[in-house]
Amino acid sequence: MNEITIKNTGQIISTETIDGDIATLNLGPTHPATHGIFQNILKVDGERILSAEPTIGYIHRAFEKLAERRPYNQITPITDRLNYCSSPINNIGWHMTVEKLAGIEVPKRVDYMRVIVMELARIADHLVCNSVIGVDTGALTGFTYMFQEREKIYELYEEICGARLTTNVGRIGGFERDFSASFHAKLNKFLEEFPVNFEEFDRLLTRNRIFMDRVIGAGPIKPERALEYSFSGPNLRAAGVDYDVRVMNPYSSYQDFDFDIPVGKDGDTYDRFVVRQEEIRQSVKIIRQALEKMPSGDFHANVPEFYLPPKEEVYRSMESLIYHFKIVMGETAIPAGEVYHAVEGGNGELGYYLVSDGGRTPYRLHFRRPCFIYYQAYPEMIVDSVLSDAILTMSSMNIIAGELDA
Amino acid sequence: MDSALFLEKLILIVVILAITLVMALYFTFGERKIAAFFQDRLGPNRVGPFGLLQPFADGGKLLFKEEIIPKNAEKWLFILGPGIAMIVATITSAVIPWGTSLPIFGRDVQLQVADVNIGVLYIMGIVSIGVYGIMIGGWASNNKYSLYGAIRASAQMISYELSMGLALIAVVMMSGTLSLREMVEQQVGLNWNVWYQPLGFILFLTCALAECNRAPFDLAECETELIGGYHVEYSSMKLGFYLFSEYINMFISSAVMACVYFGGYNFPGMHLISDPMILGIAQVAVMFAKIFFFVFLFMWIRWTLPRFRYDQLMRLGWKAMIPLALLNMLATGAVSLFNSQGF
Repeated sequence: MNEITIKNTGQIISTETIDGDIATLNLGPTHPATHGIFQNILKVDGERILSAEPTIGYIHRAFEKLAERRPYNQITPITDRLNYCSSPINNIGWHMTVEKLAGIEVPKRVDYMRVIVMELARIADHLVCNSVIGVDTGALTGFTYMFQEREKIYELYEEICGARLTTNVGRIGGFERDFSASFHAKLNKFLEEFPVNFEEFDRLLTRNRIFMDRVIGAGPIKPERALEYSFSGPNLRAAGVDYDVRVMNPYSSYQDFDFDIPVGKDGDTYDRFVVRQEEIRQSVKIIRQALEKMPSGDFHANVPEFYLPPKEEVYRSMESLIYHFKIVMGETAIPAGEVYHAVEGGNGELGYYLVSDGGRTPYRLHFRRPCFIYYQAYPEMIVDSVLSDAILTMSSMNIIAGELDA
Repeated sequence: MDSALFLEKLILIVVILAITLVMALYFTFGERKIAAFFQDRLGPNRVGPFGLLQPFADGGKLLFKEEIIPKNAEKWLFILGPGIAMIVATITSAVIPWGTSLPIFGRDVQLQVADVNIGVLYIMGIVSIGVYGIMIGGWASNNKYSLYGAIRASAQMISYELSMGLALIAVVMMSGTLSLREMVEQQVGLNWNVWYQPLGFILFLTCALAECNRAPFDLAECETELIGGYHVEYSSMKLGFYLFSEYINMFISSAVMACVYFGGYNFPGMHLISDPMILGIAQVAVMFAKIFFFVFLFMWIRWTLPRFRYDQLMRLGWKAMIPLALLNMLATGAVSLFNSQGF
């Protein structure tokens, strides 16, 4: 007989007596189900989890500190490495933050182009999350189907910016180049094929009896509790709160588009899965609308201090040479001030709190990283459930180590 | 016992053992190819023509890998675990009738190592020993994850053996024999037991999946929770033995299913073939075709379905499978009673 206290990050929840011994189980740092590197020290009674103690910081790369020493345009590649499943959203969110501070107006076309890229990134992010939920329940096949589709999205990124995973897409003020004809061709082909394959994946899992048994009721969170933790994104919506930055605080002309915000009920793994599935459909809808309504115009704002001039002009004209030098040496100053800008990231409200003292680098930059917030709630969500549910909870919250540790 | 019979059985044992091992080797290859087919991939295709030499490359790799025995492991039990798993997997094949007989060198060679009259009981007995390999291996590794795997595996096997046995009892009641050969001989042509025991067959198939630790019952080694389950600390050929024994078990349980429910080596029109040589070969071929079908089914299920959670597995085992098996037994008993009374 053993007297034990069920603890959740310091707070005692209950005390009870159990037969036998309590085992300590290290879930991580390197465990195939932790998508990234983070540790959970679990106290378990058989399969049941009595308490969980998360450890973070295994891949902390001090991005916020790094950003204080980097010119604004060089911070974009850092944001790639936050949530690497949806880097374009991070990049574009950062660009918009700087634009907000510097008071740069971007053409409508840029907004629409950004919406297309961001929604593609959201699809890619949700595909990774949902197919990995499948893998963690043991259904590996759907994963390979959806990774083929993600591959196509990566090819689309490649068409836009030449990179696939760490995209570094766009510039402050717009894009580095216009969407090419081959991008449009590939995107149209994708929009044609993707929904068909996606519905096949949906049929494979969503109403699968075993899958439903596994995920329904796994790692639930109440809406009040989720709000107290300051959840956002699909995980909050799965709990039943219809909060979406795209609608509540529209950026990049999201108000022009007609789309639904799917909302769950119980906040469990199944709701998170279904909410993401529906969001993928809505993203496809948004991309279609953006393509249809795409205004003509320039693909970037008129901000020469952020745009490398064409090489021929650098040799011929004085201004171009100056701008070239300023950009390459990172000497572009931003007006002093502070600004918070949030985008609906793949995983929730991705915020950038930027303080500038008027210099060439930010005075302080803070990323509001949704994964960091979710991970704080993780122990509470898994305590008193079984090991298998803990794994599913983690994968369904889509906690990405890169974003968690920053 | 005359020495010729002894020699004959010895050769038969060696041949069946060799076939079993080669089958297991090629099932690993087949598994990967079939998984690739389901998943829109190519699968192994580099080693040899169509990748056909891949299993040998894999086996060679496993043989030459460094052997690691963890410092805290119970050394002898750690070695014993995969040994038990392998031995148990291979000796089950002794009672499987692969065909009636083949005339070789003027002798009528029975295509069964031992026609024991309690074949079904023998299989049940051996299969229950199988769990010791996993349990001992998982416990001796002295790793919490492998211990979890071992606990899950033993609980699962014990509960599913019950319904497996109950499902078999219904067949035994129907056919009135415990000998696999007699059971097969009763199912002439298309008069297969599966038509009389559909529920029993489904129960048996489910239990066979659970006994082989195959998805959706692969809780003992589910890689996403327990990393590798009971064999997480194993390396080299010991790991190979565990993986091999899984495929051999799959092969043998497919063979048992073919014998008990699908007429074994029987096929319609068997009596038309008079040449005993051709007949024997045809019987073996039919038997193998049936086995391959079940192995494919096992793989198909694995690459399609998610796995159960531990408590769901137990609930299914005790609250659904066993009552259904009992019901099936009851129904079978009632029907045979009616038949014997001549109603």
